[in-house]
Amino acid sequence: MINATGLMKSFGKTPVINDVSVSLAAGGITSIVGPNGAGKSTLLALISRLMRADAGTVTVDGLDVWTTPASVLARRLSILRQDNHMTARLSVRDLVAFGRYPHSQGRLTLEDKAHVERALDYMALNDLQHRFLDELSGGQRQRAFVAMVLCQDTDYLLLDEPLNNLDMKHAASMMKLLRRVSVELGKTIVLVLHDINFAGYYSDQIVAMRDGRVLRQGPPAEVITSEVLREVYDMEIQVREIDGKPLALFYE
Amino acid sequence: MIALGLGLLVTAVLAMISLLIGAADTNILSLLWGLPDDQASQILMISRLPRTLALILAGSSLGIAGLVMQMIVRNRFVEPSTTGTTESAMLGFLVVTLLAPDWPIMGKMLVAAGFALMGMFLFLRLLKFVPLRDVVLVPLVGIMLAGVIGAITSFFAYRFNLLPMLLGWSMGDFSGVLRGRYELLWIGLGCTIAAGIAADRFTVAGMGREFTTNLGLNYRRTMLFGLVIVSLIASVCLVSVGSIPFLGLVVPNVVSLILGDNMRRAVPWVAVGGAAFVLAGDILGRVVRYPYEVPISVVVGVIGSAFFILLLLRRRTNAA
Repeated sequence: MINATGLMKSFGKTPVINDVSVSLAAGGITSIVGPNGAGKSTLLALISRLMRADAGTVTVDGLDVWTTPASVLARRLSILRQDNHMTARLSVRDLVAFGRYPHSQGRLTLEDKAHVERALDYMALNDLQHRFLDELSGGQRQRAFVAMVLCQDTDYLLLDEPLNNLDMKHAASMMKLLRRVSVELGKTIVLVLHDINFAGYYSDQIVAMRDGRVLRQGPPAEVITSEVLREVYDMEIQVREIDGKPLALFYE
Repeated sequence: MIALGLGLLVTAVLAMISLLIGAADTNILSLLWGLPDDQASQILMISRLPRTLALILAGSSLGIAGLVMQMIVRNRFVEPSTTGTTESAMLGFLVVTLLAPDWPIMGKMLVAAGFALMGMFLFLRLLKFVPLRDVVLVPLVGIMLAGVIGAITSFFAYRFNLLPMLLGWSMGDFSGVLRGRYELLWIGLGCTIAAGIAADRFTVAGMGREFTTNLGLNYRRTMLFGLVIVSLIASVCLVSVGSIPFLGLVVPNVVSLILGDNMRRAVPWVAVGGAAFVLAGDILGRVVRYPYEVPISVVVGVIGSAFFILLLLRRRTNAA
């Protein structure tokens, strides 16, 4: 369970997160959606202690993220940001193995190696494991980074726009993979997504944000509605239900 | 593993050659056969062996300094001589030489290291103002900073009639190495070992602050540790043999091209490669105008700067 209470964050004088209190239940996939500048990525950064909130607290399973030692938290919660500008030439396998750092401080045990294999398997990276990251396509690199946080084997996985730079096929397979991870391995996955239809199709919970506030939180059927989307995006968006999933027609 | 053994062998052969050549006309080989030769054994113990050890220690630790710096600054073109670190150490050495000439060399070296550390903080602070973190802009900023600090140092050296001494420091040279005048370089070995132990941390830090925090490592502490290692190495080498530019650039980059950037794998290679490179450069400098010597900084500088340009051009074409 992730609990955020009274979070505030400003950059200079501009408030980016304005009194956000939200609690995310353990298990399943939660997606944070909203227009540009809504504060989605900032909220994720505050939850994962990459940024310090001006006010308010975040707890993960009762641990305050700002006061808990970083190494303890790194075994509970992992975060992947969208901009992984790489200058380091690492092989995929080495990168994934670094996910074990919080557990083994670099000395890989047999158990760690099993985790590495499993993560490579899950992300279908076995054939690429000895390639350097700078030799991969954007989609493959994205998979390698997700494999790394998977290998970290934390209860909570926070991913900031994991579908960035992915085409339809890879985006869909990434979401299916995350789905599998949450069901089979019992992980709690929190995503920032831009595409509300991907969010609606694959998530168990949706958090809709605008102007640094959380406007609505609930299952897709309750959040992906014309009324809520009008409030969030300032757009008239028709929503159809297909096979029990809400589909927003925002192309008009 | 086998390749690394081969590398060690090459380095050992170079070290042997380095022991055998020199201006003094003695037959060091005769010692190997157990023939008593006082003069030869004295030359070996007082001059040749210290020189060869100094070459190995300085070469390997300067390579490591470059490697650590490239990791934590996340740029391939930085090393103590392209970031103003060497110049800061020189300024520190000058200041302590002026203010406390009687201090032991260890104390002077530590002052130089302190200045080097501050120089690196200044460099990192400057980088924050560089609008684009262009890969080529970073060393340019460093070289400009080096120019400014170097100018300040020259000014004071000029005022206090210490210019010849300053020139001596900036020209790395092993011809003055004798027993009792190189031992500080063992600190470089200590730093190399420390870098090897902390290699995983530096690799992680090289992936960025957020990546590091995610893995539960303290980013600032890791950075600081790396900076202390670099400043110590830069100043012990400066104080003992003078500055050797571009060494920390050439060796880690070649290793990275072949092995990638997992530092744990790179550390032994960079250490061995750095030693071999300096040994070879020194041998070259000693034979090219025998019995006179060309300082190592000239030999390594010529090869290193050519390599630096090559690297820049390669980057440009890759980026395009």
